Amino acid sequence: MGFDMSAIHLKDLNIFYGDTQVVHDVTLDVAPGESFALVGESGSGKSTILKAIMGLAPDWTGTIEVDGKPRSHGPDRAFSRQCQMVFQDPYGSLHPRKTIDATLAEPLLIHGLKNRDARVVELLGEVGLDARFRFRFPHQLSGGQRQRVAIARALALEPRFLLLDEPTSALDVSIQAEILNLLKRLRKERGLTYLMVTHNLPVVAFMCDRLAVMRHGRIEEIASAEALKTGALATPYARELYRLSNPEETAEEQP
Amino acid sequence: MSLLDIQNLTVTFPTPRGPVNVVDGVSLTLGTERLGIVGESGSGKSMTGRAILGLVRPPGVVKADRMEFEGQELQGLSDRAMRKIRGARISMVMQDPKFSLNPVMTVGRQIEEALRTHESLPRRALKARVAEMLEAVRIHDPERVMGLYPHEVSGGMGQRIMIAMMLIPRPRILIADEPTSALDVSVQGQVLDLIDELVRENGMGMMLVSHDLHLVGRYCDRVMVMNAGQVVETLDAKNLHAAQHPYTKGLLAAVPRMNETRAELPTLDRSQWAST
Amino acid sequence: MSPKTMGLSAWLTDDAPASRAQANLGRAYDIFRRLCRNPLAALGMAILLVLVLCAAFAPWIAPYSPIGQDLPNRLLPPSAAHWMGTDELGRDIFSRVVHGARLTLLIVGLVAVISAPVGLILGAVSGYFGGWADRILMGITDIFLSLPKLILALAFVAALGPGIENAIIAIAITAWPPYARLARAETLTFRNAEFVQAARLAGGSHARVIGLHILPLCTSSTIIRVTLDMAGIILTAAGLGFLGLGAQPPLPEWGAMISRGRAFILDQWWVATMPGFAIIVVSLGFCFLGDGLRDVLDPKSGDKA
Repeated sequence: MGFDMSAIHLKDLNIFYGDTQVVHDVTLDVAPGESFALVGESGSGKSTILKAIMGLAPDWTGTIEVDGKPRSHGPDRAFSRQCQMVFQDPYGSLHPRKTIDATLAEPLLIHGLKNRDARVVELLGEVGLDARFRFRFPHQLSGGQRQRVAIARALALEPRFLLLDEPTSALDVSIQAEILNLLKRLRKERGLTYLMVTHNLPVVAFMCDRLAVMRHGRIEEIASAEALKTGALATPYARELYRLSNPEETAEEQP
Repeated sequence: MSLLDIQNLTVTFPTPRGPVNVVDGVSLTLGTERLGIVGESGSGKSMTGRAILGLVRPPGVVKADRMEFEGQELQGLSDRAMRKIRGARISMVMQDPKFSLNPVMTVGRQIEEALRTHESLPRRALKARVAEMLEAVRIHDPERVMGLYPHEVSGGMGQRIMIAMMLIPRPRILIADEPTSALDVSVQGQVLDLIDELVRENGMGMMLVSHDLHLVGRYCDRVMVMNAGQVVETLDAKNLHAAQHPYTKGLLAAVPRMNETRAELPTLDRSQWAST
Repeated sequence: MSPKTMGLSAWLTDDAPASRAQANLGRAYDIFRRLCRNPLAALGMAILLVLVLCAAFAPWIAPYSPIGQDLPNRLLPPSAAHWMGTDELGRDIFSRVVHGARLTLLIVGLVAVISAPVGLILGAVSGYFGGWADRILMGITDIFLSLPKLILALAFVAALGPGIENAIIAIAITAWPPYARLARAETLTFRNAEFVQAARLAGGSHARVIGLHILPLCTSSTIIRVTLDMAGIILTAAGLGFLGLGAQPPLPEWGAMISRGRAFILDQWWVATMPGFAIIVVSLGFCFLGDGLRDVLDPKSGDKA
């Protein structure tokens, strides 16, 4: 296929939970190597889109293509090596009774990969965790350390696409900075494509190339990060979000 | 005169590795002003608020040289006397309205209940006060909202109801512990503006506990920065950006900005001040 | 960036284990230590330890044969020669009680080994999949739950014929439904947890997710429940023995011994009382240990090392 093929391609995507439709006619394309943000308030359907891509929200119509291949409606093994997800809550995303070692080795075991011991040590190193952490249990780790483990697990199968669901919203700002730096570095080193859900516009300005502003399950606007940084957003809702997320600067502009 | 005067407050929890001071020698005074307490998780900021209200559960131990509210020592008060102060004189808004409201009681009943425990009023007057309070928190159809159950209201509305419930006995001090971190940005501003307005109008003292330096800077007069149970520095909210302590500076710098140009965010080098 | 400060003190070995085995041992040691700090649980453990030792070394501990008859010395009261007296056939009751520990352990162990996994798996499967699987499996569970345990066991023994093996099977068949309920309830709480989703996203099959991610989380509450139920199992077994449907003579099963002693209860009280006493002590031991385990293992009571 052509080189202009998009990494993640959604067309007329409608997603349902039971009888309620939570996402309406979403169409967007994420380019290979791009970092794309889905922004909106709670209930805007942004996380649901990630779940549908991963196969965790099976009830959808329309098109989801990742790397040019249409997605099935459930999780599958081949897809799991291409695309992984990092969850919001570092406390809920690690199995409480498994050591970090077991958590990181699990994807390798499922796919029958060799050299598991070496890989686990390597993964820990890549997310900036000391090898001392290898045989600890999650409750012995801080929130930031757990999120590093979750990122390491997502990288274990060496996927090219990473879906990030509010990866830092449960963390303190200083820890958030560390995790954002880590994600940025990993993307550069590994040429990853990110699709990131967040409600935090400054995080988008730091991490992403483009963003889609969502509201009530629809995309209001797709804009570049440059437009976000300067506040040059087209729709009133996006401008309102911008104003609310940035009270200092907007207040200075209009004294 | 200061509403609250606390000297050398310490909250200690036993751990398998010996007792740990979650709050370690904190002193503060609060007048009719808005004091922000900022810190990261584990800094002891929430525990400070809880200790004032006597809400630290065993095995936690609260000690202070002085803990006076309007000249009255709070330590050693009986549970009964403490209940009179808690809610009526000092009240607290918690993080998530979902967990703070009773799910099987209508909103109206809960607010009435909050008032009735502190004041005895005839039924009609009670209803009127509740309706008036709900209007004060910008709920425009109080009659309808009073009949709703907590699961039928949105997060922002729930938090406004919580505020109504906390302010209806007309307390002197409001302790707001992360009152908006469970809410969307669009609602956050409204809720904080509302708290701010009510606190000013009624000449109350407010303690706003939050992890968000900028938010505290915007809504408070003074900001107290805490780390590892200790006060790192106290400064005027206006001068927040001129903070001296490396910890405060580090926290400020670690927040991404809207017009971000830094390729990497500065992270805290904890070795600079970390004691243990 | 180095990790946040971790207390690198004397606890280093516990805090940063160097191997999988050490991590798991550390956890087991921690549970054991906390159990020992609870006096009742420690007492329960001690009682059960004595039971296990009795069962293991019964031939050496017991001064007489448990089945050897000695008719001239029948129905002797407790004395230095016969600590618990003798029964109507002149057998030493102490020796029989000690040998009975083997039967009790056998019953309890087999019932636990049969019914707990059955209940766990059924419960986890039905909680994980929900929908029709849940309705059918829980329907079956409800039918079993709605029948009184002892009556159901009686019916099974009557159908299978008396004997200790059949008693064990009958008790196991009636014991699993509560575990299925429990496992289902536990499974529901983390069916949608992010770590379960993460395992699915890594390509793990349903069987793998249930077996390696969900079941380990249900086990601690099941272990607690099984331990607490042990007392009931012993009593049911004794009840079946008492009714003559469990262990057959001359096996020294405690319930059957009480049944035999019933005839002399007014004049020779020790014949029925001594095995009854053993039943009470062992049941209490299991209850104490179960309570202690609940305090230690229950994640809701704080799973902090």
